[in-house]
Amino acid sequence: MPRRAGAPEVNAGSMADIAFLLLIFFLVTTTIETDAGLDRMLPPIEPPETDVIIKEKNIFQVNINKNGQLLADGELIELDQLRGKAVAFLENNGDGSCTYCSGGKKDASSSDNPTKAIISLKNDRETKYATYITVQNELVGAYNELRNRESERLFNRPFTNMEAEYTKQETPAEVKEELKEKITRIQEMFPQKLSEAETSSSSSS
Amino acid sequence: MSKFAKKKSGDLPAVSTASLPDIVFMLLFFFMTVTVMKDSSLKVENVLPNANEIKKLEKKDRVITIYVGAPTREYAKVYGTEPKIQLNDKFANASDVGDYILMERAKKPQELQNVLTTSLKVDKNANMGLISDIKQELRKVNALKVNYTTYEGDAFNNVD
Repeated sequence: MPRRAGAPEVNAGSMADIAFLLLIFFLVTTTIETDAGLDRMLPPIEPPETDVIIKEKNIFQVNINKNGQLLADGELIELDQLRGKAVAFLENNGDGSCTYCSGGKKDASSSDNPTKAIISLKNDRETKYATYITVQNELVGAYNELRNRESERLFNRPFTNMEAEYTKQETPAEVKEELKEKITRIQEMFPQKLSEAETSSSSSS
Repeated sequence: MSKFAKKKSGDLPAVSTASLPDIVFMLLFFFMTVTVMKDSSLKVENVLPNANEIKKLEKKDRVITIYVGAPTREYAKVYGTEPKIQLNDKFANASDVGDYILMERAKKPQELQNVLTTSLKVDKNANMGLISDIKQELRKVNALKVNYTTYEGDAFNNVD
């Protein structure tokens, strides 16, 4: 009996079907992740032991009413004006102690310097969440705009870019160490003091 | 000239499907890498708002998720159409959030318990009243790091 040369070929015609089955299984049981968002710190519940007196002019009060209208520092404004207003407030540099506030107007009735400036956000119970997020986004955007500018000047790369690399898991430890130093430096220049709780002008955390 | 005429055979040759499995496997691997397993089925509407100043949440094991939104159509008959909170697989009140966070926190390893982030996945049509209640509860149990999870996009698309 003559032997056939080599093993017989396995029919791979159904391979595609099997792969399709697997593909459909994964399509059904998984979701594309939405894992990005606005990071915020809530204020601790216990009030600070010493009441800090904050000058009225160092607080940028933002109010959102239930119709989504915006009141910033006593002025009715549109949402797209908010970022500019917040930036102008943060780097106003009223007492002239901020050497890097290149765009500061030194308005006596606005904030003294970026480290003292506080943005306070109040909303109505009936405010839409979408509006609230937009306002939050604009305020974070204002901080990021200033931080990016200073970061570009000092380290030649945007702050948000450095932060993203810092939070990435794949970044090696020594790079993280270096980034952390730079990030802290920028954060100290423009500390994010964004108060979300009920704040009155005489006592705040 | 019979040299050319000889090649002509009656029907068209079949298209080879030998590479079809490879293509499908490629798709399969793509989906396996970019998606994650569903951990709980959503019982609420969850269309997140857009924002562009966002930070990525790395390390999934350090995140506790709270969903807020109006119940989906099949639950609307029982639970109404007002936005509700969903913790794990069931609806809850704002007062349950604190216990839930403590419970979830206790499940995590010791070294992670202080670095947990609460991810709020809130439908864009929810009202801030409910969110304020949740935030108050979170402050009570000292879970101060929150992340308002959003889609990436222009924030002004939220308001129209």
